[in-house]
Amino acid sequence: MATVTKKSRFEKTLVTILLIIGGIIVSIPFLWMISSSFKPESEVLNIPPTIIPENFTLENYVNLFESLNFAVYLRNTLIIVVFSFVGLLFNAMAGYGFAKFDFRGKEKVFYFVLATMMIPGQVTMIPVYLLLNEMGLTNTMAGIVLPGLAVAFSIFLFRQFMTTIPTDLIEAARLDGAGEFYIFFRLIMPVAKPIFAVQGILTFIAAWNSFLWPLIIANDEGLYTLSVGLSLLQGQYANNFALQMAGAAFMVVPIIIIFSFFQKYIVEGFTMSGIK
Amino acid sequence: MSKIFKQAYRERHPYFFIAPAVILLTVFSIIPILIAFFISFTDLDLKGLADWSNINFIGIENYRELVSDETFTTSLINTAFYVVIGVPLVIISSLTIALLLNYGSNMLFRVFRSVYYMPSITNIIAVAVIWGYLYNTEYGLFNYLLSIINVDNIPWLEERTIAKISLIILAVWKGIGINMIIFLAALQGIPRAYYEAAEIDGANRFQVLFKVTLPLLSYATFFVTVTTLIGWMQFFEEPFVMTDGGPLDGTISIALFIYKEGFQYSQFGYAAAGSFVLFILIIIMTLIQFKFKKSETQY
Repeated sequence: MATVTKKSRFEKTLVTILLIIGGIIVSIPFLWMISSSFKPESEVLNIPPTIIPENFTLENYVNLFESLNFAVYLRNTLIIVVFSFVGLLFNAMAGYGFAKFDFRGKEKVFYFVLATMMIPGQVTMIPVYLLLNEMGLTNTMAGIVLPGLAVAFSIFLFRQFMTTIPTDLIEAARLDGAGEFYIFFRLIMPVAKPIFAVQGILTFIAAWNSFLWPLIIANDEGLYTLSVGLSLLQGQYANNFALQMAGAAFMVVPIIIIFSFFQKYIVEGFTMSGIK
Repeated sequence: MSKIFKQAYRERHPYFFIAPAVILLTVFSIIPILIAFFISFTDLDLKGLADWSNINFIGIENYRELVSDETFTTSLINTAFYVVIGVPLVIISSLTIALLLNYGSNMLFRVFRSVYYMPSITNIIAVAVIWGYLYNTEYGLFNYLLSIINVDNIPWLEERTIAKISLIILAVWKGIGINMIIFLAALQGIPRAYYEAAEIDGANRFQVLFKVTLPLLSYATFFVTVTTLIGWMQFFEEPFVMTDGGPLDGTISIALFIYKEGFQYSQFGYAAAGSFVLFILIIIMTLIQFKFKKSETQY
């Protein structure tokens, strides 16, 4: 028995070392970004580069807001985040409808929803642009937000989770005279908290990172999101790497913080959804 | 008659619940695909957009033009290059990392799970900005590290083949996270009893890995392969933000070709035809995989 423990201890050390090496390699871009964002403009071009900033400065971050319009971009991004949560509610409602009701054409409509997952973004991109153009929604916040509200995969995951909620629970509430929407908001939503947590984080990340659609729809800088603003910055300040890194860090760090708080839900969420 | 209305009224609730999402999906996914199909047979461009009478039905002319378009052919070859190298790399690295992470469950392993997942939630523009700096020929970290071991500067993004490989490295880095989580979820779903049985039978580590773990992961592997392949066939963001398809169309992908034709040159009809070719290729590849899957033994 002693040899077994010795062997597994050796294995565990080996696995840990491998994970540490891989982890460092994967994190290099992040560490380099953080370190460079605190260097003055001249220091980032030093050869050999300094690992830790010699002249620590916050100037780059201040510049994002003073010389550039990052406050506006941040506001727009947050508006998109808020609307995407309305979309999340729609997806949850649809998932509940497909999971807990019987109605005519249910199967067909659900397959319809699933089929939309197969359509590549590039196919719908041009027609959606033409549609929004006809509706007069190009260069508006509505045009940026609307196409991304309903997400088939999210509807699918909500449905998967909500089928596991006992129907008796809903029937009992109905007998007590609760209305359908009351049941959804006061009974289903609390029970389905874990799936809402997962979808909430994923929705937040997607909205925070949204880039292509805002780029296509928004002509006016007043509608730019953080990503679009950052790509503008990259074009305008091509050689100011310190400023670029500060802009990137400003986008990446909030996501990492939010993610590390909620990460356990994401893994659980995938386990729950039955993808195994 | 009133009975039907009454019944419809009584059964209205499920429709209320599904209506918002289903209407949005119809308007922004189903209808667009019909429009795309229709305009792929027209010469719709900016003139046509301004005045519909300028739109002409030109049959399969767009598709015929695609076949003889050198840029499109290049984009097909590049996309094949990305898929053939990138997809196996992503699957192997995410599976390996998932197996390592599944080894323990203490704090350290949870921290590493986050570390490996981080790239996949990182904004693509931020990624482009960071990697653009890392890949910079003069001031980049990679070339500096290589210069320490006396390797000459590598033109990471300036040479056609190297640029493709640089983009693949970046995309693998970004693509590991989500697949790793799926593998991890699947690994945690394997009952302990299987491992115990294998241990009693005296199986060694490699036998357990190849005879127990991997076969039981076949569904997850299939799922990951299908989704990864679909994703890589639509390879877009990395060349779009890093190289804009250059140098000399060296990194242009089918998806980027479609985007450029549509939104840079406003050739909406032509771009729509290109997008249908991509769509059909994706469907064919997916069907082949399902066929392949069926012939395998089920566990």
